[in-house]
Formats: sequence, C-alpha cells, structure tokens
Amino acid sequence: MAEISLTVNGERTAAQVDPRTLLSDFLRDGLGLTGTHVGCEHGYCGACTVLVDGASARSCLMLAIQADARSVETVESLSANGAGLHPIQLAFKDCHGLQCGFCTPGLLMSVVELAATNPACSRDEIREHLSGHLCRCTGYHHIVDAVERALDSATGRADDN
Amino acid sequence: MKPPRFAYHAPRTLPELLETLNETADEAVVLAGGQSLLPMLNLRLAAPSHVIDLGRVPGLDSIASTNGSVEVGAMVTHYRMETDAVVAASVPLARRAAGYVGYRAIRNRGTVGGSVAHADPAAEWPIVLLALDGEVGLASVRGWRSITAEDFFESVYTTAKRPDEIVTSLRFSTRCAHRWGFSEFQRRTGDFATVAVAVACAVEAGEICEARVAIAGVADRPVRCREAEAALVGGSATAAADAAEAASDSVDPISDIHGSSAFRKRLVHAETLRAARQAFSANEAGARDG
Repeated sequence: MAEISLTVNGERTAAQVDPRTLLSDFLRDGLGLTGTHVGCEHGYCGACTVLVDGASARSCLMLAIQADARSVETVESLSANGAGLHPIQLAFKDCHGLQCGFCTPGLLMSVVELAATNPACSRDEIREHLSGHLCRCTGYHHIVDAVERALDSATGRADDN
Repeated sequence: MKPPRFAYHAPRTLPELLETLNETADEAVVLAGGQSLLPMLNLRLAAPSHVIDLGRVPGLDSIASTNGSVEVGAMVTHYRMETDAVVAASVPLARRAAGYVGYRAIRNRGTVGGSVAHADPAAEWPIVLLALDGEVGLASVRGWRSITAEDFFESVYTTAKRPDEIVTSLRFSTRCAHRWGFSEFQRRTGDFATVAVAVACAVEAGEICEARVAIAGVADRPVRCREAEAALVGGSATAAADAAEAASDSVDPISDIHGSSAFRKRLVHAETLRAARQAFSANEAGARDG
C-alpha cells in the first residue's frame, strides 16, 4: 500500500492505495463518488472520463497512485452541495441528450473541458471532441444539440435551436 | 478487468530511474502516459512484476528546435504535439498526425515516447518518424545512444530498444518537413489506422529533390516505399498517381478483422494519393485534407 494525497472536487484527500488500484475504482470505492461510471475498463467507452489538472482523462487508464499531488474533478463537482444542475447538465436535460444516463458523466466532463478550451467551436468540432464517448441510447444527435446549446449560452452566442 | 499485482516505482531522477530499470529489466515495464499499457494491464495481456513510472522524472517533456531538427522529449503528449507552436512551425506533419491519435482524453495523457516504444504497426508516430528521417534517443545505465527510425522498429510491438533502456526523445529532421501530406483511414474516429500514409519532401530550387513515403497498417512494422518516393521526386504531372500506384503495388498486407488484404491495397492507393496531393499543394503553412 502507498499513501497518496490529492485534491478531488476541490477537497484535499489522503488515502492508502494498492498501486494497482485504478483511479476509477479509487473514486468509486475509495471515496464513494459513484457518479464516475465504469464501462469497458480499457479506455474505449469514455464513461469514466474525469478531469485531471483540468484535462480530460480516462480514469480507468490511470492508476490512483498516478493522481498523487494532482487535482481531479468528477461529475459530482458540477452541482456540488445540491446547488442545482450545472448549465451543461441543464442543456443535456432540455435537449434530451441522455436516456439511460450511463455515458453521461463522462460526456459532461469532456464538455466541461471543451467549454474551457474551445467554447466557440463548430458542430463538427463538437463531434470530434466527443468521438471518444460511446452512447447506446441517443444516436448522438441530441447530445451534440445539448453541447451546442450549453456552449451557446456560455459564450452568449445566438441560440439557433 | 483489473491490473495484476506489481511493485510500483516512481523515481524522481533519470539516473534513479535507469538504476531501477537496470535492476528489474526483465520483469519491468515502463509507464509513460499509460494509454496502451493500462489497457494491457487491465486485460491482463501484460503481467509485469515491476511498473516503473516515468511521470515524476523531470526533463523528459521538452520540445526544442535545433539546427535542422526538432527534438521532442519522450513524455511530450500527443495533445502538446497538436498545439505546440514549435511543432507547428517546424514539423507541421507531426502536428497533423497528432490529431489522428485516439481521442482528446487519450491525447491528453498518451506520449510520443510511449507510442514508439509500444510500436503498434498501425500507429501514427512511427510513420511520422520514418517520413521525417527521425531518430529515437535511448538511455540506460550504460549510456545514451541514438538509433534511426528504420532500425528501431523491428516487428509488432518489438523494437531495437533493450530491456534496460528507455526512450528519452524523438528527433525529427526538418530537411523534408516543408512539403508534406498525411492521410489516414480509420473505421471510427480515434481508432488505430486501418491504413495511414505520411509523405515528406525536400524542395530545392522549387523542385522536389527528395521524398519519403511511410505507410502504417500494412506490415508488422511501419514501412517506407522507395518506389513511391522515386515517383514523387521531380514532381511530374502524374507523380501523385504514380506514387499511389507504386505504393499499392509494393505492399502485401495481411487480412484481418479490420480489412482484407485487397481492401488495404486499395486504401494504400487512396491514402498515398491524398497525402501526395497535399504535399504538392503549397502547404508550408499546413495543408488541409486533400
């Protein structure tokens, strides 16, 4: 076991981990943050996507010990303390960007990154950015609509939906 | 779908890292960005006794333009290659290829050194290295050496890197960096290439005097196609088509779940044609897909 110390959703956390523990399992089982979903466990589906130092990462393709001294944000950071839905979550709700919701936490965190790094992007760029996420319910169109709406309201761009 | 047990090492300096690797070489794997290694651990395709993490070793993530080449530290991520100003100005082919690697979350963590050390024959960096007459820098307790890309890639997941060595850097020559093309076919965005082609040309007095064509996805390693390169030199009106024909004729790809041999030969023709046309269009500032 090894001692790690990291920031998760703004809170300093220290824990003992087995070096082989994946970040995804540490978040879910160690910290009880079950919003991060585990799908394929080999980096393909995107459900477990979180932000590490602000950049999207597959939490199933990272050891928890690699997150030592880093800052991790999970989907729980979006509406902390029951503060209501985050604008990106609202857009997903309003545009029917989810059905079963399994892929949604990972998608939301990718969209947080997109909003921070390229908020004025085109629909094609949205699709490219989300290409690492599998959704078996929506057929993706409503997800792209939701992201477009979220970015439009964040940037004040005209809403053409 | 969980990694097997291993001893984890996070050395803080390169000498400490090389010492640890030297002691454990036959039973160790080196963890760079982890975007190939972690899936292999999760699927238990790899079961090393020791995992040595490069993530805390300083000095492996610089990008420097030197006389006639760009040297990139092994821990530079794909995403940095996609967004770095030196890369964009000096080796724009590398910037273009970076965008084809995986998805954003993969590109944020995956590294160029990890990619070439892993040596997937359908990966982008190996053909970029071949096209830009690149070299791989290797370090061990025995010292440092550099090896050409052509000698480095030996077979599927197999390189000339010895078990006690790590990849420390990639060096891309800028000699052929000014006219270039890159074209790739992938079933889904972010997949490994079914076929990818990189073309890089040197220009003298307005004429193509040297051309390099490298192809991924058609053999057990990235391959150069000399016949296609010869067709591009001089840049005749039919050069791109001749190069595509020559490239397609030169390969004998395997059939697998991603595509039959005949399909891959057709793809080599199409992607070589596209990459060569990009190289022939004035793309000093970076071409768009042709």
